[in-house]
Order: sequence, then C-alpha cells, then structure tokens
Amino acid sequence: MSRVMESLRVLFGGTPRRVDKKDMPAEVREVHRQKVGDKERIAALRAELAHKAEHRPPEKKRRLRWTVLIAVNLLFVLSYYFDVQLLEGALTASRFAGFHLADLNSALQVMLAFKHVVINLLIGTTTVFIMWWLMGGRSFCSWVCPYHLLAEWAEMLHLKLRARGMARDIQFDRRTRTWLWLLFAALALATGYTVYETISPTGILSRALIYGPGVALVWVALLLLFEIFFSRRAWCRYACPIGLTYGIVGATSPFTVHYSLPNCFHEGECRKVCLVPHVLDTVIKGRAAAMEVDIGADCTRCLRCVDACPTGALSIKYKGLGDLL
Amino acid sequence: MSKKARLTPAQRARRRFLASLALTAGVAGASLLGYLPLASGRLEQRLRPPGALREDDFLAACIKCGQCVQVCPVEAIKLSDLDDGFGVGVPHIEARDQACDFSCDGLQCVLACPTGALIHEIAFPSQVDMGAAKVVAPTRCLAVQGKGIKGTARGPDFEGRLRYAEIDRWHPQPVAEHPYDLELCDLCVRQCPIEISIAECAREDEKHRESLGRVAQRQPGECPPRHAIELRAVEGSDGVKRMQPVILDGCVGCGVCEMICPAEPSVIVIDSKESRRSSRGMRA
Repeated sequence: MSRVMESLRVLFGGTPRRVDKKDMPAEVREVHRQKVGDKERIAALRAELAHKAEHRPPEKKRRLRWTVLIAVNLLFVLSYYFDVQLLEGALTASRFAGFHLADLNSALQVMLAFKHVVINLLIGTTTVFIMWWLMGGRSFCSWVCPYHLLAEWAEMLHLKLRARGMARDIQFDRRTRTWLWLLFAALALATGYTVYETISPTGILSRALIYGPGVALVWVALLLLFEIFFSRRAWCRYACPIGLTYGIVGATSPFTVHYSLPNCFHEGECRKVCLVPHVLDTVIKGRAAAMEVDIGADCTRCLRCVDACPTGALSIKYKGLGDLL
Repeated sequence: MSKKARLTPAQRARRRFLASLALTAGVAGASLLGYLPLASGRLEQRLRPPGALREDDFLAACIKCGQCVQVCPVEAIKLSDLDDGFGVGVPHIEARDQACDFSCDGLQCVLACPTGALIHEIAFPSQVDMGAAKVVAPTRCLAVQGKGIKGTARGPDFEGRLRYAEIDRWHPQPVAEHPYDLELCDLCVRQCPIEISIAECAREDEKHRESLGRVAQRQPGECPPRHAIELRAVEGSDGVKRMQPVILDGCVGCGVCEMICPAEPSVIVIDSKESRRSSRGMRA
C-alpha cells in the first residue's frame, strides 16, 4: 500500500522520496556498493551505447505503439466513413460493437456539470475504468491519445532545435497539473459547463479526425508550438487533467514497467527518453530501495525506456502472469 | 546563460512558481474564453437535435462524441466548432441546409446519445420540441403571391435530402432530383413530416376500417395529435384574401419547411429561442 501512496504522491507532483541507505535491505546496499567496481562491464556498456548512438537502431516498441495508436483512431474514422458501426463516436464517448464506452475524464466533467448520471454513461464509465485499470491507466496517453503522437513528433523537433540553441525547456512545477485538475473539476461543478472540454486537445483532435477539421485545431497547433519552442512535452507533463485521471486509475494496475536493480548500470538512457522522468528516479545510482521496483502511476507505459535500456534492467510486468510475458 | 547560473536555489524556485502560476492561469483563462459565445447569446439561436434538453443542461450533459451525428440518415446534425466556446463539439442543425425530417422514424440520435443530453423518454417526432416555425416574410411567399412552383425547390446544386416515402421509404432522396409542378406552392405544408404522418395515420385508419372494421392499434404519440402547418386564406392589409402558410401548435420545429421553401431567403425560419431556454427536451 505504501508503494501506491508514494506513487500517487509523485503523480500529484511530489518529489520522489529518497530512502536513506540505512533503511535499505542489506542485499540492496551490497549491490549499490559493488556497482562502482565492475570497470570492464562499464567500459563494454559505454562502447555499446556509442555504437547505438551511431547506428540508431529502430525503437521497435515505439513503432508498435504508434501502430496501435493510429489503428485505434483510424478505427473510429473508418467505422464512420464506411458506416460499419464497429466503433461509433469519438474518444470522449463511443460504442464498440454497440457496447458503451466513455472517456473517464469527459464522463467526470459531464457528471460534475450535469449532476445526473444516466445508466448508459455509468456502464460506459465502469467498462472503461476496468479496461484501463487492466491496461495500466496512463497507457491511454501513449497508446491511444492522438495528441500524444503529435506531441512526440513535436518533441523530436524540440530536441533538434534545442541542440542548436533555438529552443528552451522551461520546467514547470509538476503540481500544476493537479491544480488544473481540481480547478476544472470545480469549474464543471460550479458553472455547469464542461469547461475543460473546450480546450481538450484529445477531444478536439479525435473529433477533427472523425468529423473533419475546424478552427479548434488552431488551439492544438498553439500548444504544439509552445512545446516545440518553450517547454518539452509541456501539455502532457504539466497540464493535462486526462493524464492525471488515468494515472489515478492505473495506480494499482497489474501492468507496470518493472525495474531490476542488479541489471542496472545507471547510464540514465531511460531517463533521457522518458516523458515523466521523475518516475525513473529510482534508477539513479544509490536510489533504489529494493532489488525489484515497479515504476509508478505517472508512467504512461510507452516502453521507450525498455527499448533504451542497454542492460535489460527495465521490462514489462503483468502481475499474476509471471514469466508469461 | 551565465546570468542563469548565478540564480540562487530560492530564486530558481520563485521563477518556477511564477511560471507555473502563469501556465495555470493561461490554460484556465483559455478555457474560460469559451464562455464568451454563450454570453453573447449566439448559442441561444442554435437549433439542436430532437430531444435536446434546455440549453444550459444540454451543454452540461453533452459529452461531445458525435454519436448522434453518425446515426442521422440525412446527416442533418453537425458538431459546432471552437467559435461556439463551451459549445465546441456539441451538435446542432442548420435547417436551411439540411433539416431533420424524421427519416429515421425512431429518433436515432436520441437512442445514440450516451449521456441523456437528448432526453431518452422521447419516442416519436410529435413529442419533439426543437422550436417552432415562424413566417418571417410573407410578402416573399410564392403562395401569397399566388404563384406555383415548377422545377426543383432549391435549385440543381442544393445538397439537402428528404424522405420521399412514395419513392423510397428507407432512403432519403436528394431534393435536387425531385422536381415539383404545382399550381400554387405549398411545399412547406406538403413536406411537413408532422402533416405527412397525420395523413398516413388517417390512411391507415381508413384501410383498417375497411378490412377489419376497427382502428389500428397505436402507441400514444405515434400519430401526431395536432396539425403543424396549413395553407389558409389570410386577409392582407389591402383587404385581399391570399393563401398563406400558418403555423399551428403541432409544429415541433424540425425545420423542413425552412429547408424546402423556394424563396430566397426562406419565408419560414425556425425560432428555437423559447424552447432552448425552457424546454425539458420534449413536449409535456
């Protein structure tokens, strides 16, 4: 339970807690102590990383993820275009083969604003809640949200520009997202309007794909420009209440990225690619408080870290399935 | 850069706090701009799909998914853009371009709505309360001028569709492919879905009376209880009696009369203001 509480605290914007060396199990302390020594292994890893940097092998899991993301969004589009009624609606609410699905954040906004829940919405919300709990919560972000994909492309550009000194990376307080979440919940409750939906890039993009583009895309473009020039992945990192909602759902999910201390040589490759690097604080030398650590709720299960890790210290874990994965 | 390096941790924390405050204010501020179109009264003029709750409830309950858009056989429903503010992604109907003609019979949009923004208790077109038609410019009316109509109602390029049940009950036909030849224009009455339904019910009653000697079994509301529109001789200011469309209390505001009117701009338009403000989503 304390793992979940700590994971939620970090999700809401807290700084990951550092465990004192004294409080770590003896075997963990031993691993931390030994890590410094293996000069040969570290040299080999350095060479491997240099080779990797030169050849840039494809990020296979990222390709798979983009394929899934595009496929899901395309399914909405094609279902309407060919009128096959397989996946009707948009990401905010839909029907899969007639069965109701409702985005948790949109449903929450509607419930708070309307103050009345019809049974279909309840069915859709419950289904989606269970679905994303099983699939890891914020995995919605990296595997389904269309804004996430655009933001990833914008991030590539941002990193290139920053290498040339043409862009900045303003770091905001991560608690901003929690404040915005509370603010939008309060606004929906107080005004009776689903205020957040007005600017939700997820909803705007999903509808634009399915029903055709509109002026609303200008807002999405502004967000992307801000991320490219001023702050890396700002919307997903510091602002989006949808991400926080799904983060809470996934806090106790059986699906996590799993960290194995003995395999880790602390190159920090994972933290370089991570959207939410604070969840990987545990991989910093001397930080891990256990031999095996499940990565926290803010993790979007994008699996870029798994691809990036040269020593196989990060892996996919599904509790209860053991080694089947 | 060198200036930055000299910042103390306290200064850096202060900067981050201020930047985060600005981000919060910026995002919240941008979203609250969505209130402006509402405040301007622009949304009150919107014609909403059948069953829509009164405007403030409707905006609250709608989850902006467009499932109503997808099921409409005449594609009458469109989602509003960001210039509608809080109404972005909320469905509306531009009746002059494509009215709701109840081609689906069973109010498919209402059945599709996952949140009850379109009231689920509604079952038949005659219970709908979208607004009411209004004759705004009788002098432009062909009937008032004593004129008929020969050819298509809205020209060859008009893309709107209607159910012409005598041609195909299940597939709405383009209005542009359906020319008329009438001594006196009565398209607003002739194409009114409520009037068509009343006539159909009467025909069925007649048929049943002949064959079985009893009236057809129906659910309440299946046959519209009141007429919606008729052509009536109205005395003008010059004392001359002319035929003119008169809106009756059975009108549900579907907008077919506004769409089919051959005059440009339309003689009849739907006034949805009253019903948007106070309707519970359907007639009592």
